[in-house]
Amino acid sequence: MTMTTSALGGVVRRREDPALIQGKGKFVDDVAPMGTLHVAFARSPYAHAKITSIDTGAAEKADGVEAVYTHRDVEHLGLLLAQAPVGKLRPLLADGVVKHFGEAVAMVVAENAYLARDAADLIEVDYEPLPAVVDLRKSHSDEVKVHDDLDSNIVISWEAGPWGDEEGIAKTKETIEEAKTRDDTVTVTVEARNQKLIPVPIEPRSVLAEWNHGYQRFDIHSSTQIPHALAGAIARTFGLPSNQVRVIAPEVGGGFGCKLNIYNDEVLVAFAAQQLGQPVKWTETRREAPGSTIQGRGWEGTATITGTEDGEILGYELHAIADMGAYTQNFTIAIPFLGLFVGSGQYKFPTHWKVDCVHTHTMTTDAYRGAGRPESAYYLERAVDAFAREIGVDPAEVRKKNYIEKFDTAVTSPIGFAMDSGDYAMALDKLLELADYEALKTERDNARAEGRLLGIGLATYVEVCGFGPSGLSELGFSWSEYGVPAGFHGSGLVRVNPDASVTVIIGTGPSGQGHETTWAQIVSDRLGIPMDRIRVIHGDTAESPTGIGTFGSRSAAVDGTATYLAADRVREKAAAIAAHLLEASPDDIEFDGEGGHVAGSPDSKVAWGDIATAAYMPYKLPEDMEGGLESRVVFDPSNATWPFGAHLAMVEVDADTGDVKLLRYVTVDDCGNVINPMIVAGQVHGGVAQGIGQAMFEDSIYDENGNCLTGSLLDYLLPTADDLPFFELHHTVTPTDVNPMGVKGIGEAGTIGSAQTIVNAVVDALEPLGVKHVDMPVRPKRVWAAMQEARG
Amino acid sequence: MQVSMTVNGRQVTADVEPRTLLVHFIREQLRLTGTHVGCETGYCGACTIHLDGQPIKSCTMFAVQADGASITTIEGLASNGQLHPVQEGFWERHGLQCGFCTPGMIMAAAALLEQNDHPSEQEIRHGIEGNLCRCTGYHNIVRAVEYAGARMRGEEPSPPDWEAQ
Repeated sequence: MTMTTSALGGVVRRREDPALIQGKGKFVDDVAPMGTLHVAFARSPYAHAKITSIDTGAAEKADGVEAVYTHRDVEHLGLLLAQAPVGKLRPLLADGVVKHFGEAVAMVVAENAYLARDAADLIEVDYEPLPAVVDLRKSHSDEVKVHDDLDSNIVISWEAGPWGDEEGIAKTKETIEEAKTRDDTVTVTVEARNQKLIPVPIEPRSVLAEWNHGYQRFDIHSSTQIPHALAGAIARTFGLPSNQVRVIAPEVGGGFGCKLNIYNDEVLVAFAAQQLGQPVKWTETRREAPGSTIQGRGWEGTATITGTEDGEILGYELHAIADMGAYTQNFTIAIPFLGLFVGSGQYKFPTHWKVDCVHTHTMTTDAYRGAGRPESAYYLERAVDAFAREIGVDPAEVRKKNYIEKFDTAVTSPIGFAMDSGDYAMALDKLLELADYEALKTERDNARAEGRLLGIGLATYVEVCGFGPSGLSELGFSWSEYGVPAGFHGSGLVRVNPDASVTVIIGTGPSGQGHETTWAQIVSDRLGIPMDRIRVIHGDTAESPTGIGTFGSRSAAVDGTATYLAADRVREKAAAIAAHLLEASPDDIEFDGEGGHVAGSPDSKVAWGDIATAAYMPYKLPEDMEGGLESRVVFDPSNATWPFGAHLAMVEVDADTGDVKLLRYVTVDDCGNVINPMIVAGQVHGGVAQGIGQAMFEDSIYDENGNCLTGSLLDYLLPTADDLPFFELHHTVTPTDVNPMGVKGIGEAGTIGSAQTIVNAVVDALEPLGVKHVDMPVRPKRVWAAMQEARG
Repeated sequence: MQVSMTVNGRQVTADVEPRTLLVHFIREQLRLTGTHVGCETGYCGACTIHLDGQPIKSCTMFAVQADGASITTIEGLASNGQLHPVQEGFWERHGLQCGFCTPGMIMAAAALLEQNDHPSEQEIRHGIEGNLCRCTGYHNIVRAVEYAGARMRGEEPSPPDWEAQ
């Protein structure tokens, strides 16, 4: 049995697009059943305050209002569930005290969104302000406690060197300290902030819940990346079996991790629908998002490198504090842990890595594109760069000198994890060659001679993604106690229908990644059935096999593999049916777009339609064969995947104003084998743009009292088309052996590699002035201040 | 209050509250949900439509202000079953991922090409800077607009980047 077609690796226009470009895509807020009621929240204007009274009387009497709820009404539902339930979990509505700006205090349900908003503004809440802590170092010292009933603001500490080896950590620390005392070594320290970010998918979050009292069942539309987890959380909260909760994630307008969460509004909207017996919807406004949707990053850290003057690095240390916000949600505390996985990056030197996770009086943090890995890579690559500058050796040379050498089967990194495959020097060499690094250096030096500040930034990264294995859920802390779903697996169902069309149902929750197209390619490749006969369904828990959702660049490697394997099983059965119909051996059956035939005898053939029909008319099948032609696979990979790459940026800094202009951005990314190069390129573009956004523009700012100062898109700057150049993309291909397609994952790679590339370029540009570091975002004011300080 | 306007070539008359935003009127009363709300402050551009031939952000206008106007939304851009060249460009050049900013982005780009049928890269970037996209880094959006411009001029579009690289 062999294949005669291949759809993998080809550019295929997206099948999602015709609807979306004609305004026919259906997002949650576009769904409006008859009689839908609308929700508005009253939110806290304080970061920390005691609620002394709430008067909802006027709101209850207001025009069009159906109900007003406060904590007392929903207390029986418990706290918001999380998959990594460590730290202080969120109350559904503020419980006598508010802990961050924008925390939901009361919920109004009314005939329409305008009336709901009017009524929410009539709710009178008396607050007694309390001291707030925003600064991470102040939180770390427990100067002000966020939660009185916790011993410390420190929720958890992640330490490795290597992971899970106390003795090893002690030895690593000793080795590094020894290196520092040697006469021939240099130690360089970078203190840097990796600022908090507001994710800003262009679609605000939205949830619509319907409760059927007769069937005792919920239908919930939500703009979520994790439909099954949401169904599980709602079921558990309301004491229902999970199959009584149907979650539908229709088109989701970008997620970037912030829709990888269970939100209090999702539970509250379900509650209101159950109470009122009508559909209830809440659509987030952009202004409330900083208090209603998780934020990302938020680290303060010190990165230290010790090495010899010729560039051999003998040790790396990262000591950082990570902001968890006031409450922990779904994966909050696990995010820095993802950074730990790649704490030593592509390098072989001893690494000691420790991040303390603290509560503050700010919005919860959680997964934002890259989730822990951009922060981790940022510190490492800023430090390596600073070290190279200090010893006066080209940053590219220093990197290559310290890389782990090419490997095809797993090697264990200094931080303690087995990485699947890598050839780091190859990616960097390719980048230097294709960007013409030597010519760029000449250009920079010539510009410098004219007094212009040009800079070249390099950074390389290794990523971990495509989680499982499912056993990871037992690592370090328990997220399996949450129950649904338990561990990181992938799922796919492939069904050949009686007319030989194919229905593929997957457990992912895409938000623009083009799964309908990519999965059709995978199944077409395995079965030979043309893509236009294959329909891919996702995001409906009533139909799709249990899945973990789409995040962590995992869908192709894990759910894609499950689907690939399911298609193979279907093909095996189809071969057995064809062999029976043709009176041949299954081993001799070959498939193409038409159907199966006996190898070497093209005339001895049977059409896909006849195979499919026979499958559903079991009397035509071999004895002992069940009817039907479908398979469902749950795939548990033996390891995560470890993509890598190298990025280069060229910037010019205005010597008078500090304005940074990005002139070129060149990437070499290695995500293993590529299923659709067009989609992969798009993922890199978007990922890089988000890293550049952090480096140059974005900053979620709270004042010292915890007031959010970046509550609108006028204050929270996103990159526009005018700020970015065309990106120059290249690839190397180092397949993984943890899945049969050899694919690794590309959703986050661009983000993980880019912020430090920009900052390294800015620091390079400012080198003539002696500037050694500029914190992100490198906006003119900050760069100008750094230049002024350096000029004295 | 009663308003009348032409929407995608069709005459509509409806009662609206004076405070109803034009975008909400389009989405909720006319059920044309292709026009999206991304920020309610006129910054993201997801609600961009054409009003009397000009691109406007429909979250910054009341429905009553559009009384007597002629409006085109994303649903009315294709004609006789033929995609507008900008729509075709977005499909051909992977100018969208999640698709949420896309209707507004397409409307902005179509208006740009009406005014300038051969924009440079910088003119395209400047022309769509009032529309935010979080997925694409704008790279393929600019390529899509270049593609559409070429089509509208009757020229062969440049090959896609993924063939060049």
